[in-house]
Amino acid sequence: MKELKSGSNLEKVLNAGHFAFTGECGPPKGANIDHLNEKLSHLVGVVDAVNMTDNQTAVVRMSSIAGSVLMMKKGLEPNFQMVCRDRNRLAMMSDILGAYAMGIRNMLCLSGDHTSFGNHPEAKGVHDIDSMQLIAMVKKMRDEGKFLNGEDIDGPPKLFIGAASNPFGDPFEYRVFRLAKKIQAGVDFVQTQCIFNMEKFRIFMKQAVDMGLHEKCYILAGVTPMKSAGMANFMSKFVPGMDIPEPLIKRFKGVPKKDQAEEGIKFALEQIEEFKEMEGVAGVHLMAIEWEHRVPEIAERAKVLPRPVVD
Amino acid sequence: MIVGNLKPLEEIIESLGDYKNIFVLGCGGCVSVCLTGGDRQAHQLATELDHIRHYKTGKPKFTVHTIERQCEPDWLKDYLTIPENTDAVLSLACGAGVQTMAFFFESLPVIPAVNTTFMGSNVEPGVWQEMCQGCGDCLLGHTGGICPVARCAKTLFNGPCGGSSNGSCEVDKNTVCAWAMIYYKLKKTGQLHRLMKVREPKNWQPAGGAGPRKLVRPFNKPL
Repeated sequence: MKELKSGSNLEKVLNAGHFAFTGECGPPKGANIDHLNEKLSHLVGVVDAVNMTDNQTAVVRMSSIAGSVLMMKKGLEPNFQMVCRDRNRLAMMSDILGAYAMGIRNMLCLSGDHTSFGNHPEAKGVHDIDSMQLIAMVKKMRDEGKFLNGEDIDGPPKLFIGAASNPFGDPFEYRVFRLAKKIQAGVDFVQTQCIFNMEKFRIFMKQAVDMGLHEKCYILAGVTPMKSAGMANFMSKFVPGMDIPEPLIKRFKGVPKKDQAEEGIKFALEQIEEFKEMEGVAGVHLMAIEWEHRVPEIAERAKVLPRPVVD
Repeated sequence: MIVGNLKPLEEIIESLGDYKNIFVLGCGGCVSVCLTGGDRQAHQLATELDHIRHYKTGKPKFTVHTIERQCEPDWLKDYLTIPENTDAVLSLACGAGVQTMAFFFESLPVIPAVNTTFMGSNVEPGVWQEMCQGCGDCLLGHTGGICPVARCAKTLFNGPCGGSSNGSCEVDKNTVCAWAMIYYKLKKTGQLHRLMKVREPKNWQPAGGAGPRKLVRPFNKPL
C-alpha cells in the first residue's frame, strides 16, 4: 500500500484496493439546513464520501465549505468541491486552508458551470486560474507547503486531490490526454461526468489503461440514475457535456411512466456491475440528484454494502 | 480593430438632457469600419434624433461632423473646429475617442453614443468577432493563433472543458469552442505537444491587474 497523502476515508478505501462508492449532495438555497440534514441521513454508512457541490449550475447556495462541515457533523466524510468561477487565487488558497482546518480531507477541483446558466447571469465569472492550475496549486500547497507565490505555509493542507473528467466532451480523441494532464498537474482521483454512452466510455477507459493512467490516479465512474424518460430527454438537450444515446432514451420511453424510475435504477445497476469488472475503474460516483433517499436501496441492490472500514 | 455598437436610441435621447446645440461627431477610425460610428452613421443618427416626436419640449439643434480619429489629440488640435454655440458633443467614437475628446475640450460635456464592445475582426459580412482582450502577455504562439483569454468563455488555459460539444461552446451553440479549434489547428500544424504540458497560472498584472496601463516608448531607440 502507498503512503497516505491525506488519510481521508476515501483515500484509505481506494488505497486498500476496495471498489469505492461515493455520493453527492447539494447545499441548501438558504440557511435552513433541515432538508440538507434529511438528505445526508440517507447516506450515512452507505457511501465512502459525499461530494458537497459549490454553487452548482452557477446557482447561489450555501457555501460548500459550510455544507461540508455540516456533513461532518452528521458523521459523513465530505468531498469538498471548489470551482474556479467564483474565487480568485487568494480566495481559493484561503478557503483551502480554512477547509482543511475545519477537518475537510478530500477536495474536488473544477472549472465550474458558466455563470450564464445560473440565477445570477449578470455576475462576473472570475476564472483567474483554471481547474488544471487549481489542482497543481493544491498539490503545491500540500506537498511543498508553499503558496502559489512560493511563500511557506504554516501547516500545509493535506488534502486528497480530486478532479472531474468528462470522456464525452469534444474533441473525444483529446479527452484521455486531458486526463493525463490532470494527473501531471497532481490529481489523486477523478470522478467522471455521468456516463450514459457506455460504448464511448469503454473506448476511453481502454485508452486510459493503455497509457497506464489508472495506475497513477483512481478513476471513479460517474453514474446518475434516471428518474424518468423526461429527465433523460432534458439532460440530453440542456445539460452541458452530456452524451445520452438515443437508444437509451428510447429504452426509458418504452416503459410505462410509473416504471421509468425503476428502469433508470436498473440501468444504473447494470452499469455498476460492468464498472466493477472494467479494468482501470476504481469505483463509482453516484450522483442521485435530489434522490438521496433512494441511494441506500441502490447501494444494496448494487451489492456494495457494507462499506469497508479501513484503519 | 475596436468594435462598437450604437447605444439604444432612448438612452442617447435621455443623455442629451436640456442641451440645445449638439455637435454630433463621427469617427473615421475603427468604428467607421465596423459600420457603427463613421460619417454615414453620424448623419443617420442626427437625422433620427432630429424628429420632434422624441422630445416633450422643443428639440435640440444638431450639427454633424466627422474626424479621422477622435483618439488622437493631434487630429483634434489641427483639424477639429467645434461651432462656438455648442452645448455638448455627442461622440460616435469608441471609449478612447470619447475620453480624448473630453480631455481635449475640457469645458464641453462629451456624451457617448456608442458602447465600445470589443477588439475583434470582421469574420463574415456584417459579423464581427471578439479576438483579443489586450491581456498584455500574448500566448497566441502556443495556442495555434486562437486566443483562449478572449474566446474561451471560462478563460481556460488548459482547455477544452467538459462542456465542449460538437465544436460548440457550452454557453452558446452558435459560438465555436475556442479550445476545440486550438486542438484542431495544433493537430494540423504538428504542434499537439503544446497541449500536453500544464500551463502555469497567468500573471494578470499586464492585463490590468496592476492598475491602469500605460505604454511609454522612448523615441529614436533601436529595438
